[in-house]
Formats: sequence, structure tokens, C-alpha cells
Amino acid sequence: MCRLFAITSKEPLSPMAAIHALNVMKEGHDGSGVGLFLTDLGGSFERFKGAPILSGIFSNEGIRALDRYMLDLDFMVKYKLTIRPAKTPPPGTPKRDNYLVRVYDYPPDWQSLSKEELEYRLMLTRLKLRQMGEQDGSMIIFSFWPDVIMLKEVGDPLALADYLGLDHEELQARIILAQGRQNTNYAIDIYACHPFFIQGFSTMTNGENTAFVTIREYLASRNYAGYVGYQSDSEVFTHILHFAQQKLGMGLDMYKHLLTPLKDEELRRHPQGERLRAVKHACRPLIIDGPNCVIGCLPDRTLFMVQDSKKLRPGIVGGASGVFAFSSEMCGLDAAIPARNKSEDFQPMKYDTVMVPPHRQEVLRWNQWER
Amino acid sequence: MESMGKISPSTLSKSDLPWQILWNKEACTLCGRCTAVCPVRAIELGVHRKRVVQTVIGLSEKPGNVFTVYHGVDQRTDPAHACTGCGMCDLVCPNAAIRPIRSTDVDKLRFHVNQGGVPRRRGGRRNDPRSVLDEIKFIRISMLTDPALDAGRHDFELRTLLGRVLPAEDLVKTTSENGWTPPVREIYPLIIGSMSFGALSPNMWEGLQMGVAYLNEEKGMPVRICTGEGGCPPRLLRSRFLKYVILQIASGYFGWDEIIHALPEMKEDPCAIEIKYGQGAKPGDGGLLMWYKVNRLIAAIRGVPQGISLPSPPTHQTLYSIEESVAKMIQSVSMAWGFRVPVYPKISATSTTLAVLNNLTRNPYASGLAIDGEDGGTGAAYNVSMNHMGHPIASNIRDAYLNLVKIGKQNEIPLFAGGGIGKNGNLAANAAALIMLGASGVQIGKYILQAAAGCLGSESDRCNICNIGLCPKGITSQDARLYRRLDPEQIAERVVDVYLSFDQEFRKIMAPLGRSTSLPIGMSDALGITDANAASRLQIRHVL
Repeated sequence: MCRLFAITSKEPLSPMAAIHALNVMKEGHDGSGVGLFLTDLGGSFERFKGAPILSGIFSNEGIRALDRYMLDLDFMVKYKLTIRPAKTPPPGTPKRDNYLVRVYDYPPDWQSLSKEELEYRLMLTRLKLRQMGEQDGSMIIFSFWPDVIMLKEVGDPLALADYLGLDHEELQARIILAQGRQNTNYAIDIYACHPFFIQGFSTMTNGENTAFVTIREYLASRNYAGYVGYQSDSEVFTHILHFAQQKLGMGLDMYKHLLTPLKDEELRRHPQGERLRAVKHACRPLIIDGPNCVIGCLPDRTLFMVQDSKKLRPGIVGGASGVFAFSSEMCGLDAAIPARNKSEDFQPMKYDTVMVPPHRQEVLRWNQWER
Repeated sequence: MESMGKISPSTLSKSDLPWQILWNKEACTLCGRCTAVCPVRAIELGVHRKRVVQTVIGLSEKPGNVFTVYHGVDQRTDPAHACTGCGMCDLVCPNAAIRPIRSTDVDKLRFHVNQGGVPRRRGGRRNDPRSVLDEIKFIRISMLTDPALDAGRHDFELRTLLGRVLPAEDLVKTTSENGWTPPVREIYPLIIGSMSFGALSPNMWEGLQMGVAYLNEEKGMPVRICTGEGGCPPRLLRSRFLKYVILQIASGYFGWDEIIHALPEMKEDPCAIEIKYGQGAKPGDGGLLMWYKVNRLIAAIRGVPQGISLPSPPTHQTLYSIEESVAKMIQSVSMAWGFRVPVYPKISATSTTLAVLNNLTRNPYASGLAIDGEDGGTGAAYNVSMNHMGHPIASNIRDAYLNLVKIGKQNEIPLFAGGGIGKNGNLAANAAALIMLGASGVQIGKYILQAAAGCLGSESDRCNICNIGLCPKGITSQDARLYRRLDPEQIAERVVDVYLSFDQEFRKIMAPLGRSTSLPIGMSDALGITDANAASRLQIRHVL
């Protein structure tokens, strides 16, 4: 089963903090991969807050193709961090030419675009690069977004971190999402590795989404270019979040109502029952039906966790003002924030949503009966 | 010696019939119950002379004859009285002395059931036991990362929606502008399909209605039943139980005068209105209630004279096309109930289903589409229509669903599938397969008649006399001497049994697939079949 760990801290942290947390949870995962999502960046990237950052894996030829394409669009490289591992990769990890993090300047003619159009074009550019790379395997694209760095690879998380030098001083972030384990439900594919990303939204999940096919069909039929991929059944959780907030104008309070709506009999007793019933009907194809714990990050840097309708997966949140962590196992939380008041730890149950707002002062929680 | 009489082209021997009566002289007590109960008088008292040759030992006396008489049961062989295989004789015989046997040879009767130039008409089913639904397996068992759910311990919600569902993208706008939201019913996905008051006997109808009411009020299962085209008894129209009923309007409009006049006095809205354009058993042909069954009660409810055949035309006479139908009929029926009641058409499965469906997608009042496959049963139809007309339901429902997926409306227009569900007894498995192919729910008819009232029909042309009012179980008869054989209370109990056991079986399918909180509509990744062509056609997994 996947192990999940997320942390939000007012002080920038190295991704190694999350890798160590994953490592103590290793008993429960097979060490077959790692995925990282970093935002609210520190280190060298902090000064490029508004500029889009491209994260991915490139062959040498892939970098040349990338340069040609981005130059044609008039994107200019402002800053870059390239990892070119010289050592022999750990067992199970493929040998790659370049792990790349590049900060770009927008093309001059993008400056006047609306925020919505700009964000749409960023997504299309990411998808185009991904599509170009899929033809010959020369490019694997994880994200192209301001203030976001992502990295994914197959192999044991701790060995990979050592191999890639993730304790690099330039890699610092105040929010980190980390997942340990490649997707083994389906074929090994690096695009199937969590966390998933679309337009500033990122989520990671453990468990199995048994309603995956119908949710995928529904999202793919929304006529939105970003709803593609789905090498993993968990990618739909990210897209449902995006769809709810960007397409339906809903807040985080409705995410849980979409994934696991109250039963018909419960809605009859809910003060907002009629409204929620209409939502349940209209969004019925988005209902998940597997045992899942979802941890995610919103574009405004809110971290959250929700559980499936039967609470069949573990998950805990705890910390103190200024630093909170979400973990699929308690030992991960203990490793990351040992000095905390454990009596205030919270394990969300089947109706709960928990979140830590961007100010990182407290854990907010509510359940489906309250909102 | 008796004369053999005249042999005509349609003179048949017992061997030429599909069903032969096997009678045991030794066991028979000559009580006469079998001849009395036989619905088609296929058997009658026979008086036979028997010659016994008596030879005495020695040569002094010549051998002689003794003629004796014995009484027994004779099978008639003229086409009008051919045994239908119903087996009622067996049922009533105290000594198990008589029963019908299905001929292993191809019968000759089939060439002679058109006396007077009238083709064979019958009730029943298609008489083909093959079913692609029975071949579908549920293969996606949650094993790798997760334990399967527990059908007995976990919560399940087996509900579906009947009604036009707003697109998610329009929800916020409609809610904020206080716009019209189409009516949607949360119902149980197994619906008792349209069988009219007239096609069914009063006791059968009452039993079904009581069973449905009990399931709703005592078991919390929102089961719905469709009236078929024959109106609805006035007391039911004015009762609170109307909300469990889907009223059907078809091309004969039988009973709708009574329904419209009852509108101001209705305490509840009906669940929905089904507009019948076609049915699976006789696609492209109209309904038919033969004169045998049109007694005073039926005539009164339907608003017609007594004792005449009631054929509904194949088409709605006031309509020019399905487009016009959508434009006028759905709107006008919706308007009659103030747009509070879902209105949807029911069609025969056909290669033109997608044209109808696409038309419905463009009409905001169309609340769904019911598709009835070739295996649908009926009370009366021409044999040729039942056996040779129509489209199988599996690929038709799959095409319709995938078409909705293509245009992104798979959640907006629910599809309901009918025709042959549970024809071999596999009700829950067949229903689950259709739902995972894309149906929002299924409609059953023959199954509930068999399970709740003991209908004798099978897929080997057994009985099938629903059309002439002689149903030996009283299910499809309007003759009180026959339908009093049915106790409505007992039918109701059996309806409840069927639904409770279906519910358990359905959970036993859903739980291993890891599904419990939403009906697995379109969960095609769970399905597999050994026939590669079927797998390709249905876009499900080919397994061996």
C-alpha cells in the first residue's frame, strides 16, 4: 500500500524531511518509487515566485527538443537546477540523463493575458511537452507552474534521494507532498506515480479507486484538455478537485460531498439536504467507491486530507503552530514532528475533512453534517 | 372395427405434437381432475374397447375373444387442442399418473397452427434459452491492495435515479438563479416493468401492488412498478400508493380518460410517466388485448366497450415522428403534472436506438430512455414477431451508454434495460451485467410472474397462452374461476421474497468488486466474457 506524507512549515524544509518520514513507514510499502511535490519554495527558487517552473526528466536529445520548442514559444530560461547523476542508479531505477528544474520568463505576448488564459496556456504547454516526449521517451514532464517543483522516480525513496542528491541546498520548500511506492495496481509507469498535478492542484492517494473507469469516462467527456492521462486510478482525485473548484466554483467543503456523498436517508436529515441532494445527483459519476485516503494541496497552499465513506484507510494530522504534517501512518508523523502535543493529533473519520490553511496556525476540521 | 375417419392435411398424430401426454393407466384413479383443469382441453375422458384373445389348453374348445372396456385419458391432436405442456394435469393428479413430455423430435404442429389463414398468436416469451447476459462474468475482484467489502456487514446503497439530471456545470447557475430543476426520483434499480391491468388478472395486479407497497413502507426499498397500457384502478389513482407507480401511456391511450379526470383528486404524483413507443416482444407492433379478456371491469377502466379486442396501433396516431413525439408528447404529459413528474419514452431495442437517444439528449424534458430487448415477454403477439423481430439488449444498451459517454451526458439521461433479465433464473447477475454495461436500472416482467405467481412458461414453448384468458395459474386471466387460484397476499409475500433475495445477491456481486455506495453504472472494467467477438462488441475484457 502507498505511504503518504505531507508537511507544511513556515520555515523552508529539505525534501529529505519527507523522505525520512517515508522511510520510517517503509514497513508498509515496497519501496518501489517516490513522488515529490514542492511548493511555497525556499532556497534559490524563492525569488522566482511568479515565474513558471518546468519539472521533468529529459534525455540529452529531449533537452534539445525542449529548448527548440520553448524558444519557438519565446520562453526564456531564467534559472535552472539540473541533476545529472553520475553514479550507478539504485536497483530498479532506470538510468536517466537529466533531472531538470527550470524557471522560465513568460513570452512577452503572454504578459497581457488574463490569469485564466495564462494558466490554461501553461497547462497546454505542459501537455504538449508531455505528448512530444511520449513519442520517443525523451521527455517526462511533471509540472509547469509557478512556485511548483515535482520529481518522480522508480526505486527506493531513501536510496533515490541519496542517488539524486535531494539534500541539495537549493531544494527547499514550505509545503512538501511525498508518496512512497510506484503504482503497482497497473503497469509500472512513471506517470502513474503520485502526487498528481493540474493547474496548482495536487493530490496523492492510497488505496484503490474501484469506480475509476466511470470517473475517468466522465472527466474525459468534459471537453477539457487537462483531463487526460489516467495511468493511475488515483489521478482522478486531483482532477475531481480541479473540476469542483475551477469548473463548478465549489470550495473545499464540497470536495468530500462529491467523493463520498451522504446516503439518501442521511440527506433527508441534513439541514442542507436538498442542496446536497442536487449536488449528489448532478455529480454522481464522481463518487469514489474504494478505500482511499486523499491528501492534497490547493493553489492557495492549503493542505487537506479526506477519507473514503467507510474510513478504510489510516491517516493522521498533527503538529504545532507553524508546522503541521499529514501522514498515512502515525510513525511518519512521529518521525517528522516528534515534539508536538500528541493529544491534539486527529485522525479524520468517514465524514471529516481536515485542513491546514496557508497561515499554518491550526488544523481546521469539519464533517459533512456541518457543511 | 372403428373407422379411422378422414385424414386431412392437418391431421396429426400424438408424435407430431410438441408435447405428449404420458398417462399411467395403473396409477390413474379416473378422478377427472386433469381433464377438468386442462386449459386447452387437450385431454379428455376416453372409453376404449379392448380385445383379449382367450385360448384354452387342449383342443376341445376353440380359442375365443373377450371384449372389455376400460376408461382412460386421451390426448387430442387437432391443432386447436394441442397440449401446451403447461403441466397442470401433473400438478393436480393425486397419483402422479399423468404429465406432458416434450417431444425430442421437431414437431409438425408448427406447420398447422395457421388454420383459417390466421398465423399463430400467443403470449409468453421468445423460447430461446440462450442469453449473452448469462455468459458475462464479474472478473474485477479487489484482491491486490484492498480487502473486498463484506456484503453482510458494510453499508450498501442500491439506488438509481429516474429523471433528467442537470449537468454538473449547470447546477450552480440553476441553483443561484432559482431555475427549474427537472424532477428526479431515487428508486430501486429493479423495476417491475409494464404489465397492464387487463393483461394481468386483478388478483395478480393487486398482489404485485401490495408487494411493492410493503417493500417501500416496511423495508425502505423504493421499488417501482409500471402499469403498462391499461389505465390504473381509480382507487389506486387516488391513493398515497400512486407514488410507487409509473403510469404508462401508449398508442391506444387506454385508461387515460380516467387518469386525466382523476388528476385533481390525486394525493400524490405518480413516480413517472412512461410513453410506450415499442416493446421488445413485438417490436414495431402495437399492444393487443384480445376480446376474451375484455370483461366489464377491464372495459370500465380502459373506457371501452366490453368483449372486443383492443389492439393499440403500432404508432401514436397523432404523431408524425419521434422528434414530434419528443416535442409534443413529453412536454404535454409533463405539463399535466406541472413538470413535477419525470416523463420518458420506452422503445424496442433497435439498430436505430441511437437516433432516438440523440434526439432525447436535446430535449430538457426527456427524463430517460427505457429500452426493451428482444427477449421481452408479452401477453399477446404474433409468433413471428416474438421469435424473429427485435434487437438483443446487451449490445443495444452498451451502444446507447457509450454514445452518452461520447457526448458527456452519461449522467443526464438514465437508460433502463429490459428483455430477458433473469430468463434462466440469474436475475441479479443479469441485472448487474446490464448495469455495468451502462444501464441505470432494469425492468423485469416474466421473472416476477414466474417467481411471485408460479407462471409455468419456460424457454421451450411451454404454456404460452397468456393471450386467450385461460392462464391455468390465473395470472393473465380475467375469468374469476381461474384467477381466484391466486391469493394476492401470497403474491405480495413472494414479491418481497424476490426483492430481498435480489438485494442480497446484488450485494454479493458488488462487494467483491469493491463497490457499495454508488450503483456501478458503466463499470465495464468489471466484466469479462469468453466469447472474443462478444467481448469486442461490448468493449469488455475477453477471458478464457
